[in-house]
Amino acid sequence: MKAPTGRDRFLWGLGIAVVVGYALVPVAWIVSLSLTPAEEIGTGGFLPDDPTLANYTGAEGVFNDPQFPSALRNSLGIALVATVLAVVLATFAAYAIVRLDFRGKAVVMSGALAIAMFPPVAIIGPLFDMWRTLGFYDTWPGLIIPYMTFTLPLAIWTLSAFFREIPWDLDKAARIDGATPFQAFRKVIAPLAAPGMFTSAILVFIFAWNDFLFATSLTSTNRARTVPAAITFFTGSSQFTFPTGQIAAASVVVTVPIIVMVLVFQRRIVSGLTSGAVKG
Amino acid sequence: MAEIVLDKVTKRYPDGHEAVKGAEVTIGDGEFFILVGPSGCGKSTLLNMIVGLEDITEGEMRVDGQRVNDVDPKDRNMAMVFQSYAIYPHMTVRQNMEFPLKLRKMSGDEVARRVEEAAGLLELTEHLDRRPGHLSGGQRQRVAMGRAIVREPAAFLMDEPLSNLDAKLRVQMRTTISKLQQRLGTTTVYVTHDQVEAMTLGDRVAVMRRGVVQQVGSPRELYRQPANLFVAGFIGSPAMNLLPGELDGRHLRLPMVEMELAPDVADRLVEGAQGKVIAGIRPENFEDVALVGDPDAPGVTFTADIDVIEWLGSELFAHFEVAGSAAQELTDLAADLETVAIGRAGEDHAEVVARLDVRSEAREGRDLELWLDTRSVHLFDPDSGDALVRRPD
Repeated sequence: MKAPTGRDRFLWGLGIAVVVGYALVPVAWIVSLSLTPAEEIGTGGFLPDDPTLANYTGAEGVFNDPQFPSALRNSLGIALVATVLAVVLATFAAYAIVRLDFRGKAVVMSGALAIAMFPPVAIIGPLFDMWRTLGFYDTWPGLIIPYMTFTLPLAIWTLSAFFREIPWDLDKAARIDGATPFQAFRKVIAPLAAPGMFTSAILVFIFAWNDFLFATSLTSTNRARTVPAAITFFTGSSQFTFPTGQIAAASVVVTVPIIVMVLVFQRRIVSGLTSGAVKG
Repeated sequence: MAEIVLDKVTKRYPDGHEAVKGAEVTIGDGEFFILVGPSGCGKSTLLNMIVGLEDITEGEMRVDGQRVNDVDPKDRNMAMVFQSYAIYPHMTVRQNMEFPLKLRKMSGDEVARRVEEAAGLLELTEHLDRRPGHLSGGQRQRVAMGRAIVREPAAFLMDEPLSNLDAKLRVQMRTTISKLQQRLGTTTVYVTHDQVEAMTLGDRVAVMRRGVVQQVGSPRELYRQPANLFVAGFIGSPAMNLLPGELDGRHLRLPMVEMELAPDVADRLVEGAQGKVIAGIRPENFEDVALVGDPDAPGVTFTADIDVIEWLGSELFAHFEVAGSAAQELTDLAADLETVAIGRAGEDHAEVVARLDVRSEAREGRDLELWLDTRSVHLFDPDSGDALVRRPD
């Protein structure tokens, strides 16, 4: 590799600026909209002349909206439970698939992939009927189950890739050192697969957090309605005003947990944690 | 401390392949025992069966008289050092060494004492709080040893622990392991494919080939009285010269010379040893006629046309060719031995290596009068490969 010249640096900088700008301008716009008072929305300026927090905390603000706080609670709870369940199940499944030799291993893996490719919209109708009959309609489990199911395949594939990287000698060493199979898994293998678990966790969480389809079809009240669905039920201050400011404010609020989650976990998503286990 | 007995132990995989066939070995308490053989001979499988990572298909394994076939590896109290070291990368050196002790719920003071002691022994004290990723290969190897030592186990099992180190470090670690084992007096089973490691480290050595234990004995026994062609060709470097011969009573006809076997050898010939044989002669049993130390030693002389001389200061190897070859009988063996010595032999000639006194005047491309010690000729059956000379009583 040559050392970067000034021109290289300039082109790299330009490229990075374009990509970052492209990604962040819409976010900035939403933030700006959320700070704009209702009267000013139609004026078309990028920055509000008179920034206000009214859309967040005002009388019409999202936090005083009757449904938004409970929707936030639902979103957080459902996404977290779905994430934990999916990652735990996927970890066991992936470990078994990588380490054990059993019949139908390939079927499990390709079956998982097939589920991942299945369009969710195709099962919404039947699921709606089933959930009504089984009593899952408009409940937390009613959303947790489909979120977990649809993200499991991806999590299994990601995690099995990580497990495959971990030398099997480490399992054996732990067993000989006096660990039960489960202790060997918990104390040696799981910590080494942690980057994979965090990667899967983020993917599952984002899927569950952002989902609109299941949330809007399988809920009807504040009991289980999540934020993406709840936002569509916002009303303006009168029946003639569209609640643009509140929607923008709600969008900003729901983006924050995702950013926090990624920032917290990105440090853990460091591969190369296994360096030093074996030679090389 | 433990005596390990393998009683007709067999490993058969579901596809019918037998990795180990009826191994019968007794490893004495405190013994340094080596399993050696070419790759794929079943030595690692046997080690894994001893530690419990592989099930025993048939036969019985006993530790101090107790049957342990069905004991879980964690309850066998054996420590293993892997070829890949298998140290836990997410733990510091100290945590690695503490791991087996903490699993046994040992008290904190005792854990700290043992770890400090092992670290001192292995010169790891200053590295205790580092992670394995920052250590050199040799240091990682010592961490793996340390993790085994702290447990004060019934037996150490080592699976080619030195093969990932460079040559110089390997020699150094060999001495370290040897000293450590003598000091701790713990039964040790050591797997290697390197016959030099086997010879230098082992109290006793088991040579394996294709899942079958060929011979068990001290390094000296294996070298002096190999039970068959395989052991003869595997042990010793450079390898034993294997030549076709014709035995007529006590008279042996070799491609380059005819001789009467020394009485000591002839008296030990097994019944019916006649006709075609394969004769094995170690390189050091040749000598330059002018430099034979003991003039009364029974031997024969012949003239050899020297092709290549390798002078190493302390020793001198002379290579020459003889007519006739045992290549046909030995192709099967050559595949297992991975040596060029036999492969190099052509259809109708064989290459012979002689180790001569460094004062020899041997020159490349010149004839040289060579002396051959008739007391040290090994004879093997060309079909079965078994030795045709009994061990001395």
